[in-house]
Amino acid sequence: MKYIDEFRDGELAKNLALSICAEVQPGRNYSFMEFCGGHTHAISRYGLSDLLPPTVRMVHGPGCPVCVLPIGRVDMAINLALDHGVILCTYGDTLRIPASGGLSLMKAKAGVGDKSGDIRMVYSTIDALQIARDNPAREVVFFAIGFETTTPPTAVAIQQADAEGLMNFSVICCHVLTPSAISNILESPEVRQWGTVPLDGFIGPAHVSTVIGSRPYEFFAEEYRKPVVIAGFEPLDVMQAILMLVRQVNEGRAEVENEFARAVSRDGNVKAQDRVAEVFELRREFEWRGLSVVPYSALKIRQRYAAFDAEKRFNIEYRSVPDNKACECGAILRGVKKPQDCKLFGTVCTPENPIGSCMVSSEGACAAHYSYGRYKDMH
Amino acid sequence: MSEVKRGYVRPLDVKHGRVDMTHGSGGRSMVQLISELFAKHLGNEYLGQGNDGAVLPAPTINGKPGRLVMSTDCHVVSPLFFPGGDIGCLSVHGTVNDVAVMGATPLYLAAGFILEEGFPLADLARIVESMAHAAREAGVPVVTGDTKVVERGKGDGVFITTTGVGVLPDGIELGGSRARPGDAIIISGSLGDHGVAIMSKRESLSFDAPIESDTAALNGLIAAMLATGADLHCLRDPTRGGLAATLNEIAGQSGVGMMLHEKAIPVKQVVAAACEFLGLDPLYVANEGKLIAICASADAERLLATMRAHPLGREAALIGEVIADDHHFVQLTTSFGGRRIVDWLAGDQLPRIC
Repeated sequence: MKYIDEFRDGELAKNLALSICAEVQPGRNYSFMEFCGGHTHAISRYGLSDLLPPTVRMVHGPGCPVCVLPIGRVDMAINLALDHGVILCTYGDTLRIPASGGLSLMKAKAGVGDKSGDIRMVYSTIDALQIARDNPAREVVFFAIGFETTTPPTAVAIQQADAEGLMNFSVICCHVLTPSAISNILESPEVRQWGTVPLDGFIGPAHVSTVIGSRPYEFFAEEYRKPVVIAGFEPLDVMQAILMLVRQVNEGRAEVENEFARAVSRDGNVKAQDRVAEVFELRREFEWRGLSVVPYSALKIRQRYAAFDAEKRFNIEYRSVPDNKACECGAILRGVKKPQDCKLFGTVCTPENPIGSCMVSSEGACAAHYSYGRYKDMH
Repeated sequence: MSEVKRGYVRPLDVKHGRVDMTHGSGGRSMVQLISELFAKHLGNEYLGQGNDGAVLPAPTINGKPGRLVMSTDCHVVSPLFFPGGDIGCLSVHGTVNDVAVMGATPLYLAAGFILEEGFPLADLARIVESMAHAAREAGVPVVTGDTKVVERGKGDGVFITTTGVGVLPDGIELGGSRARPGDAIIISGSLGDHGVAIMSKRESLSFDAPIESDTAALNGLIAAMLATGADLHCLRDPTRGGLAATLNEIAGQSGVGMMLHEKAIPVKQVVAAACEFLGLDPLYVANEGKLIAICASADAERLLATMRAHPLGREAALIGEVIADDHHFVQLTTSFGGRRIVDWLAGDQLPRIC
């Protein structure tokens, strides 16, 4: 497949692996966080860690949209579907995120007691708008989650609904911001004070960076002296980025480098950024699963488009719900623990029956390790 | 002479008519639907007996009595008509294949239809015709059947359940528990064609892909494979859940592990591309005309040659081997040079968000 196979070439991978092995300095450990779930998935799916020397450790970051969504947010969506009779639309993986009372959107769709939710998986916000047009007598709510990659389509959908006067359409906005999450990790005591999570650099997001550009990461490189290499989601991209990070560490540099130059520019997609700025503004605070409450880390719908804000339309309020006590998702999302360190991992928490959100999507650290790599723990 | 005229029944309006509740009520309408639509296309000497059950000759194979193999399969598919087939031929192929992968010669089919009130008779006729065509091609007649009608909104157009009976000669022992370390794993052709063909026509996701379902009856291919005398241990058709689910099933039943080689697994470019943008893995996508063969490695090449000489096995490939593994993992060496598990699917394959 053109433009895909070139980035999955096993021979090139071998050469890159040899270069990494040759360039890592003896006696030195390298610990890099791949922020994005897309990278976590690629690392596990292609067995990348088998190609790396044992002194290079990849730490899985919190950049998995379904993983960082707290229980209380999913509860809001379930509540709208069950108690307000809306048609609730959302993206694929979101259906399986565990919520309160053993529920998930998938389970709410099947039915709870004598109620069942009209919950539909959509591939894009365009589908959700069409459902609203086709069902003028019903309220249609789009449960919008994700980082900067999925935010522009939500902005466009709201503007489109506004232009058409599609007043039965609204959005629960749970869009979150990548730079805030990275700051939060870098400011955490495990990284900053105690050094229990050694972090020598970041693999920067692929799709997110196509929207926001590479500029926002310059602050981390300067302020925290951490190298950042923005990389595509293909396995060769990841290998190349690791090599670039190793070189930066060896040379004592802390810069933003762009491996994904075929899609990412310094300024990003300005048109998309403008749309987002027209429709959304910063939330004062937002609770993340794993990172707890992070100030100015998420978006809400501006007053100008308040008519399309489901939180206002249905007068629903966010209620924080604690995770299962034994669940280590929080520590895993911050890179403090590995999936195997969690007592629930692979026992009561499996992809069939996820307790924590990291076990839901194959971008989640737990699900990726369980589905692709757990043989390593057993031999 | 009586003044009463002989009963005239207006023929079924297949062109414009629709299924209504009377078609399932046991009255004249039902009899008419059966005779003018089902029997018309599917008719044969056994179905023609018209009794509550079909009386069939005792099965023999090569002149000797054989063991019976029986299998049943419910078919629900949306859309009912898809590139390369429809629910009618699918319901024949599915059950014929389930009987044939046991090493048996499929002999007869039974078919149960659940029809939804309001379903166009023209569509039903197309489905039954396609079923009849598939049954003729496979050489397996539908000898008995049943029809029920449910109210509008309580079905999805048509559901079809087919049951197949076949005869298995002595000496052939195939099964999921017979894979042994060292055995070769062979696939009869490219993966994921059916699933991607279906997805390309789903209401919410229509995209143009020049891809047709691979739905086909595999009894001919299997007969040719058995005739080689190769030391076959297991045959299975990787339908729902794809190759991954089927191999995990066999690994569990046999108490072994498996090692696949990504590079060797045939996937059509268009299927790979569709899976790529939908965020799916072709190893988990359904097939309806493919089989997995597990055989003694010494016989693998001979078996492959025979398969490749058959129209339904042209792209047959050796994709891996059975290994000893107490954890019964199905593993894969990636074309990238790493290794990973090919696990059971957790629920449906849902697209990732990022």
